[in-house]
Amino acid sequence: MKRLEGNAKLLGREQYVDDLQVEGCLWGMTVRSPVARGRIKEIRFSPEIDWSEFVIVDHRDIPGANEVFLIEKDQPVLCAGEVRHVHEAVVLLAHPSREMARKGVRGVEVVVEELPAALDFRVEAEPARVQWGEDNSLSRLSINKGDVEAALASAAHVVEGVYESGAQEHVYLENQGMISWVDDDGVVVVQGSMQCPYYVLNALTHALGRDEAGCRVVQAPTGGGFGGKEDYPSNIACHAALLAMKAQKPVKIVYDRGEDMASTTKRHPSRVRHRTGVDESGRLVAQDIEVTLDGGAYVTLSPVVLSRGIIHAAGPYSCDNVRINGRAVLTNSVPYGAFRGFGAPQTLFALERHMDVVAKRIGMTPEEFRRINLIRDGQSTSTGQVIDDGTDRVGVMERGLELAAYERKREEHASFNATHDYLRRGIGFASFYHGAGFTGAGEVYLASKCHVAGLADGTIEVLTANTEMGQGATTVFLKIAAEAAGVDVSQVVIATPDTHRVPNSGPTVASRTSMVVGKLIEKAIDDLRAQIGAAADAKGAALTDAIRAWCSSNGAERVVGRSEYEKPPEVVWDEKTYTGHAYGTFAWATYVAEVEVDLRTDDVRVIDFVAVQEIGKVLNETLARGQIQGGVVQGIGWALMEECKWRDGAMANNQMTNYIIPTADDVCPIRVEFMENPYAHGAQGAKGIGELPIDGPAPAILNAVADALDVEPTAIPLTPEHLMELAREAHV
Amino acid sequence: MSEGAGMMQISMTLNGKEVSADVDPGERLLDTLRYALGLTGTKEGCGEGECGACSVLMDGVPVNSCLVPSYQARGRVIETVEHVQESDVEPLLSSGATQCGACTPGIVVTAQWVRRHPELLETHTLRELMAGNLCRCTGYDGVIEGVEATLTVDGQSS
Amino acid sequence: MRVLTPTNVEEAVAMLAVEEDLIPMAGGTDLLVHWPEHLEARERGYLDLSGVESLRGMEWSDAFLTLGALTTYWEVVTDARVGREFRLMVEAARQVGAIQIQSRGTWAGNIANGSPAADGVPVLMAYGAEVELASAGGGARWVAMDSYYTDYKQSVKRPDELITRVRVPRAEYEIEVWEKVGSRRAQAISKVGLAITKGDEGWRVVAASMAPTIRRCAAIEKLLTKEAAINRPEDLLKAIGKDVSPIDDLRSTAAYRELTMARVVYHALKGRVSFVT
Repeated sequence: MKRLEGNAKLLGREQYVDDLQVEGCLWGMTVRSPVARGRIKEIRFSPEIDWSEFVIVDHRDIPGANEVFLIEKDQPVLCAGEVRHVHEAVVLLAHPSREMARKGVRGVEVVVEELPAALDFRVEAEPARVQWGEDNSLSRLSINKGDVEAALASAAHVVEGVYESGAQEHVYLENQGMISWVDDDGVVVVQGSMQCPYYVLNALTHALGRDEAGCRVVQAPTGGGFGGKEDYPSNIACHAALLAMKAQKPVKIVYDRGEDMASTTKRHPSRVRHRTGVDESGRLVAQDIEVTLDGGAYVTLSPVVLSRGIIHAAGPYSCDNVRINGRAVLTNSVPYGAFRGFGAPQTLFALERHMDVVAKRIGMTPEEFRRINLIRDGQSTSTGQVIDDGTDRVGVMERGLELAAYERKREEHASFNATHDYLRRGIGFASFYHGAGFTGAGEVYLASKCHVAGLADGTIEVLTANTEMGQGATTVFLKIAAEAAGVDVSQVVIATPDTHRVPNSGPTVASRTSMVVGKLIEKAIDDLRAQIGAAADAKGAALTDAIRAWCSSNGAERVVGRSEYEKPPEVVWDEKTYTGHAYGTFAWATYVAEVEVDLRTDDVRVIDFVAVQEIGKVLNETLARGQIQGGVVQGIGWALMEECKWRDGAMANNQMTNYIIPTADDVCPIRVEFMENPYAHGAQGAKGIGELPIDGPAPAILNAVADALDVEPTAIPLTPEHLMELAREAHV
Repeated sequence: MSEGAGMMQISMTLNGKEVSADVDPGERLLDTLRYALGLTGTKEGCGEGECGACSVLMDGVPVNSCLVPSYQARGRVIETVEHVQESDVEPLLSSGATQCGACTPGIVVTAQWVRRHPELLETHTLRELMAGNLCRCTGYDGVIEGVEATLTVDGQSS
Repeated sequence: MRVLTPTNVEEAVAMLAVEEDLIPMAGGTDLLVHWPEHLEARERGYLDLSGVESLRGMEWSDAFLTLGALTTYWEVVTDARVGREFRLMVEAARQVGAIQIQSRGTWAGNIANGSPAADGVPVLMAYGAEVELASAGGGARWVAMDSYYTDYKQSVKRPDELITRVRVPRAEYEIEVWEKVGSRRAQAISKVGLAITKGDEGWRVVAASMAPTIRRCAAIEKLLTKEAAINRPEDLLKAIGKDVSPIDDLRSTAAYRELTMARVVYHALKGRVSFVT
């Protein structure tokens, strides 16, 4: 089945937030903090501007709490006394002319008395820079299995390593944007680009001091998210709503690229330290891992990013003794937030690069070492979750190596490298997993709900809060619903996420949408059958006729089937001890990268890439493949080119000219293969796949570079400048 | 000779029709198309000529409309994504060339240009020709395969 | 904001004579970057050259290839004859942004903008090109590209002068090299750019992104002229140190630029001239 809204997108008919032309709309803009940390002394409005033309909002205009509603309520909607990062929102302006609004922003000066800022998460903060708890730790989490110290003491080999990754900017092609207005019933409406309408709703009710009936959130077509539109839209939605309420006119805020890059969330920078014990036969006996994430200026989602990060840190290997200590640290930079993979890419990069380092130290090949240690059915992960899904994880790895012609390439490279003047080739891989859906008891807390309505004409309407942002959610929902009901897709419609119409089926994050919410759709259709007294296996005309008949005899326009998430009984998670089923299921993968390094420029090019994964069930081949290929290329960017450059706590390269993402000409075809092993609790057997593909490229590529050259890279992005330094150090 | 202060009236051939518009000298073609003429298919991705989301054809060749002053469109032939037919994009739909859709109109416009000039492939690769359109979703395979399929269809029918 | 729209060169230079701070606008690919944010740029006056038909097109004579000031990169990329006679111009033009920039960006605009990272200027300089500066009353002078720039974004062009043509002498070259090191393959701004030619007039080595202006590298040219033995990239570092002064910026580092330039020059010439081995 082809993408539902594909033609609208291809023909330019899809109306994104900036395309919605609202009569009498004002342009909203944001005045931001000029420094990383300080106290606001004064806000000066230039006398050269006629401020009577502007609507001006500051923290005093917030009717509810000046807090962005999330895990902790530490982030203000608008700064009051204190600023904690550069580009933090302080004052909002609206004007009928976009250009005048821009001039207005230039005409406001936020005078700040600077305070000592914490700018490097890797160094312990001195007292003057501590702003959270005793040592700026936003969150601490740990996993303990067995006796790590004893195992390390008796291990044949102990290998240590430290791995670092930098911030990554999402670069969704559509910048953040929201429109807000107050409707005729006095309801504050916000429409815009977002992943999670109910997160935005919660933020609005909290900041505006209204109930859910008094606020309404509608998703506009969303031009890419990757996690960047998970939490930040709450901020900008509150801003647009505050302006609209004060102006009593619609207000549109659409960031330009520079503002979006400078002021919105990014992937958490990380440092991961490994100390690994291995016995004589190459078996892992101890994994001692410390994970540190840069959380940025507020708590936002860091505790859950850290959680997913540490759970993935020990990887898809069997080891009886594991200790993982994780810490997220406050710094005075933009809050780091959700980004595809959510902590797992950082820890899996470290782990899979380290696995190659360990193999080399103990005189094994990377594949031999992994073959011995990849988790077998009946063995358990670091949290003690016993894996028994029947997937052949070694087989996934072997298939990846086979497709990449790994053995043959190694031989070819040896002769190529011996003869070429300045090019060196190498091949490397990573074996990894990604937990699908929310971590631990997350899905239980969410208690997601889904509605499927049968309409009087027999049409079936699917109502969820899950958003299409390019990943293909609506197309997949359509297929799941049509097949569950046994009807043609033309008889199913997917409702626009609108909090006045759709139930809270949870956020569109964590690779959960097809798997978890898709399953809820199937169950809601079962409920619909029960509501109308249709047979439990009623499908096709039997079902639609029954819907029509029920509506007709009850004088109703619709009949609603409902479902709510139910925890699979075997999933048991202990939040206190961090033990048990961290995820209902995992997707398993091996990615193989072949690289060519140009010794003239230290430029690394990926010349072949193979991605093999077991994902339960492929719901739509084209969409699934597109998810993998897109994630891999995003991972190639993170590994080799994408580097946020900081100046006094602000992103200095907040331009697409200077923050470099791959073009079509920078990447090779990404060869994708799926293996299937249906998951009982996923729609049609599917597991989540959205995040998986970003976990593998960075370690595979760096392993390939290590194979090509006589260096051991440990940090990403491995730009040519960094590789040159590394090679110089290695050869001094 | 003309002295342009205040609004300027320009005429151009837009999607096959003669169109006149009053433009501010400081206006970009992107803004004229989107906000004055209501052709919102052309997207703004970066405003710095880097991403190609705002690509339109000017006298048959792709340009970034964020870098074109509207007054320079006078007398020119401009084609936007709105001029493209559904049948033109079928191969792109099938190959998965669009995901979030924000870069897509630019990609479609560049693909239309490549399609009219298959001779370019004698000197350039498709990846080089499409390199001015950044996409963050697809990883480009869906895009490249879609354009290739378009060219194959054309090759067979000509 | 004001725009003047001359239809011929005489009008254009007359306007410049009256109002020297007018900014000539050709393809706009430099001037319009981040345009909405440049509020102050809207207070200026512009001289739109797009209506001056005589500035379009290329001409060949026995001695020169002459580019009108509105000649775009794409016109050069698609011109087979330029490809045969001035291969580096096509190679460099192909690496300017991508089609959307190549179709609008002009060689003359690249010269006028004066960026030290320009892609068109180094090859013009390596081919010994000259630029025509016209002024009111029929004034015109030809200036060699390699004496055009005086400092960062500064040149010998007077404010009342307009770049109208660029001419490239037709000559035979034994060696022609263009290497652009960018942060990715396409759509990149050069971190190191290098154009090298050797013809009857000897060596020309031109570096981009290595100094406040694009410039010839006299010390390297001297090394090459006297055929000093160069056995490894590092043998060039001393000369590079004399010729250029790279900096750390958002795109790269001075150390990277210096060593990469040495390696690129070395590998470009290795095996092609007897003294580079």
